[in-house]
Amino acid sequence: MIAWSGITAQVIEVVLALLLAPLLTGWVNQCRAWLQNKSGPGLLRPYKTLQKLFAKDAVIASNASPLFRTTPYIVFGCMSLAAAIVPTLGTDLPFSAAADAIALVGLFALARVFISLAAMDIGTAFGTLGARREMMIGFLAEPALLMVLFTASLISQSTSLATIVERLAHMKLGIFPSLAFAGVAFTMVSLAENARIPIDNPATHLELTMIHEAMVLEYSSRHLALIEWASALKLFVYSCIGIAIFFPFGIAEGGDPLGLLYALPTLIFKLAIGGFLLALIEMISAKLRIFRAPEFLGAAFMLAVLALLIHELLET
Amino acid sequence: MMLTPELVGQIINLLAAVMLLISFAMIAQRRVITLVDLFALQGFVLMLSTGFVAYTTGQTHLWYSAGITLLLKVLLLPWILHRLIRKLNVKWEFEGLINVPTTMLLGIVLVILSFNLALPIARVAGTITRGTVGIALAAVLLAFLMMIIRSKAIPQVIGFLAMENALFFAATAATYGMPMVVELGIALDVLVGVVILGVFFFQIRERFDSLDIHHLEKLKEE
Repeated sequence: MIAWSGITAQVIEVVLALLLAPLLTGWVNQCRAWLQNKSGPGLLRPYKTLQKLFAKDAVIASNASPLFRTTPYIVFGCMSLAAAIVPTLGTDLPFSAAADAIALVGLFALARVFISLAAMDIGTAFGTLGARREMMIGFLAEPALLMVLFTASLISQSTSLATIVERLAHMKLGIFPSLAFAGVAFTMVSLAENARIPIDNPATHLELTMIHEAMVLEYSSRHLALIEWASALKLFVYSCIGIAIFFPFGIAEGGDPLGLLYALPTLIFKLAIGGFLLALIEMISAKLRIFRAPEFLGAAFMLAVLALLIHELLET
Repeated sequence: MMLTPELVGQIINLLAAVMLLISFAMIAQRRVITLVDLFALQGFVLMLSTGFVAYTTGQTHLWYSAGITLLLKVLLLPWILHRLIRKLNVKWEFEGLINVPTTMLLGIVLVILSFNLALPIARVAGTITRGTVGIALAAVLLAFLMMIIRSKAIPQVIGFLAMENALFFAATAATYGMPMVVELGIALDVLVGVVILGVFFFQIRERFDSLDIHHLEKLKEE
């Protein structure tokens, strides 16, 4: 029998993630515009885009298969489930017993496979190009992400994200080189996975450089809205994983609704800082050539493995 | 401000981890000027870590070796190397025999190997820095790897110097440093070695119009 407080906490977290995700995307875009001395599109722009897209009529290619129509719902479902697993406000989550950190990586992989298949479904050159690039980035980024999560698991002796966060939040304050390395590796992986600047540019439709945008070119209206919302959710979930593992202080334990209320400002504050840093990274770095991406992600993998090894050698 | 021994131990561990990271960065680095800067940074980290060991153990001669490290490896040798590079007019000098991701994987294998090798040593050693013996060994092997995979002369010399750094670090970690005479001797050796190798660079380039040392293989007596 699952306690009611757990279910409430779970529902609150998922709804919060769904509502806040576009805001985070808007905040990152706004920060980037400020850093470039522009006035920016406004914090609420992503909501307006979603509203506009939902109101439009869908246009679908005549040779599209059912896969093409269902993919947006699958991708959106995957990301919502991921948002349910990651502890954002509290650690008392009934869902997190069902899926641990490794299953989380599997969820991201499922979404990636479906969106790549849908991109190739119509048969345009751009979709196929984007899908192949996405698969290349994905297969390089996944091992690094797993290694980062393994480092956190080794430190806290568990692969369940909720337990990891609880243990890490109670750890004695000290210098942990392994966590520092894993943090840098995680930042690199999240940049690659969320189609951010050193690997992909989210604001371009230039055919030679785009990856994510090339895959979703054929989508319109509510399908596109769901995909955009899922991308925003992915960014939100990745930020929350980073916060949960590397800066877990201030998270509520147990499912006390009042505790969740106290944890909310802390989370928003941390997300705002994270979003600003993301915009800053995007500002100061140039986009890499696509063939440099293996080196970038190879470095992330190396850092993550080093974190694992250094934990074994120095911190046991 | 007094630092607790526990905190100093953690700082030394952190510096050791940074040292390992710099070793990897040197392997992956393409530009020769950045390579020199990384070498200087490695020397600086080495100086800091020696200083912390000296602080926590109260060994006076370690302060001297930290000073020698600062003078020689952070200031003098990078300055000489920068001057050499400017005179030889080389900037991009990456001619690795294998590509960067493969090199990194090889490096990780080396790290695992040396961590395993160092575990028994670390168990016997009673120093505060015993955990870092494995890292020092890994840094030595990584410098070796760098000398093997680079085909040009300057990165090979930097690899040699990085290896000396790592050996010094190993000595500090395992036994709180070598006797002063040995340290002074090694410092002088390295300095003279770099000066002589600098002369060699010019000779090699004059003879072959390139710094690729594979040309040296053609020099055979008939």
